[in-house]
Amino acid sequence: MSLGAFLALISLTLLRGLGIPGTPFGPLSFGLPMILAFFIALLLTGLAAIIIDRILYLRLRRTGPIVLLVASIGVSFFLRNIIQFIWGPQPQYYFKAIQIARKIPLLGIRIKPDEVFIIIVAALLVIGLHFFLQKTKTGKAMRAASDNMELARVSGIDTEKVIMWTWAIGASLAAAGGILAGIEDKFITPDMGWQMLLPIFAAVILGGIGNPYGAMAGGMIIGLSGEISTAFISTAYKPAVAFVIIVIMLLIKPRGLFGTR
Amino acid sequence: MDTLVGILNYLVFFAITAGIYAVLCLGLNIQFGYTGLFNIGIAGFYAVGAYTSALLSGPPPGPLDWRTVGGFQLPWVVGLLGAIIASGIIAFFIGLLTLRLKEDYLAIATIGIAEVIRLILKNEGWLSNTVWGIKHIPSPLHQPIEAGVSSFLKGHPQLSPWLIHFISNAYNWFYLALVLVILGLLYWVSERSIRSPWGRVLRTIREDEAIAAVSGKNVFSFKLQSFVLGAMVMGMAGSLYAHYAKFIDASSFEPLYGTFLIWVMLIAGGSGNSKGAILGAFLIWGIWAGTDFLTGYLALSATRVASLRVIAIAILLELVLLLRPQGLLGEEKAVSKMMGK
Repeated sequence: MSLGAFLALISLTLLRGLGIPGTPFGPLSFGLPMILAFFIALLLTGLAAIIIDRILYLRLRRTGPIVLLVASIGVSFFLRNIIQFIWGPQPQYYFKAIQIARKIPLLGIRIKPDEVFIIIVAALLVIGLHFFLQKTKTGKAMRAASDNMELARVSGIDTEKVIMWTWAIGASLAAAGGILAGIEDKFITPDMGWQMLLPIFAAVILGGIGNPYGAMAGGMIIGLSGEISTAFISTAYKPAVAFVIIVIMLLIKPRGLFGTR
Repeated sequence: MDTLVGILNYLVFFAITAGIYAVLCLGLNIQFGYTGLFNIGIAGFYAVGAYTSALLSGPPPGPLDWRTVGGFQLPWVVGLLGAIIASGIIAFFIGLLTLRLKEDYLAIATIGIAEVIRLILKNEGWLSNTVWGIKHIPSPLHQPIEAGVSSFLKGHPQLSPWLIHFISNAYNWFYLALVLVILGLLYWVSERSIRSPWGRVLRTIREDEAIAAVSGKNVFSFKLQSFVLGAMVMGMAGSLYAHYAKFIDASSFEPLYGTFLIWVMLIAGGSGNSKGAILGAFLIWGIWAGTDFLTGYLALSATRVASLRVIAIAILLELVLLLRPQGLLGEEKAVSKMMGK
């Protein structure tokens, strides 16, 4: 599970290799190469996840969930250090120019064009995921398998294929998250996935494990509370805010805000 | 002869560190090996132990502040006990919170508490002197032993250089003995407990919680006991580390050294087997420390070699999981004296 976040890094660094930003695209800090690299990175990260699944997790799946957890910690250290080996621990920059926030006339708030781009892409990904899960056959099979693996199998669903798809989509989405974070911060580091791990877990717990819509809402809540907290406490404790939310949730509603089962 | 003494002195240093790791492995073995509890925040309990012990028996952490606790300069044993208790208390609350839920929650909570502890240690000057760390942590019986050594050397000025070299290292020999005695004690307790009815309940919980529950065992209570005990052992390792290194800061308790290596050690040595836990600690620390020498030979920067070592250790872990999941020494199937007779 922690794997996804780390896989994002691979794609990020792949992006570096492709020599983004190119000529700026309208008001954005980056150009067409970045957008191309975005898709390539998503594809490659998904592919990497499938390869790791075939080599490693497929064989460990029978032994039980805890062995998978141990293995995934190993994989996360493995991937992170491959990135660190190639690019070093220091931040890598997508672009260095500072972008001026523009005022939106009606709302009276300032926002950077890049940030508008990030919001649009995130919204598109959420809508895309929704349609995938609700309308496509694979998406439906995925939901069935998550409900009850055995039942899905006896209903003739190829669960191995479903798991492969889950890996590919999970890793690609994590990669997208990493790239968007990289656009916002302008730089990427090998341990950015690690930094985000706790907030990600908090979001998933908040929404209820196994509930994609809950996770989306949880992500919004965690993200906002992390940022708002910086008005009151040191920014160094942003991840700690996520942890406090985890603790509160486990105390009062361990199944998550929207958990029904 | 002098180089031989040099190697020997290095081996003593190596064995002390590996011995401290072995203590951590025994702690994890109680949690994971016996009961199947997935703790990926070992570093947190390790750090709490180290800092508690340092604050109780060391000098004040840094510039004094009205909030500063510590600098009590109490005897080392008090520090050790404090470390055990502090780690146990934190584990108690984490366990209370998560051990009734699915295993994923414990994993998340432990990784979270370890991260939060690390953030606090890194940012709170009054408690931990932030990134400058706590210095001058006293080592137990350091002064009398050093005084004895220097007076002995003064009394025997005609000794050959290698012998002087050897004798000067007496304190490390003493500390190694201390670590090994504690390790031996923990090993004995650990073996005794897994062979007791209590230990059998833990193993049952690991294999199938429902069976333990229908046998009338309070699964939650047993899990909590195992988790807290394991964390106490980790706290103990923290104290041993702090008083040996004499200096601690947040970077000593990062996930790589504080958690990941210990997992590799336990898995490689044999989860569920105390001998395996100790063997794994010495073996993996041997590989880890051994590859440190590579830095000099490879035409790569130090950070790259460091990454390469982690990659190699991670591959090793996956290979063990794939090829020999029980580890070098597998778990003993029957641990009861009543079985097989």
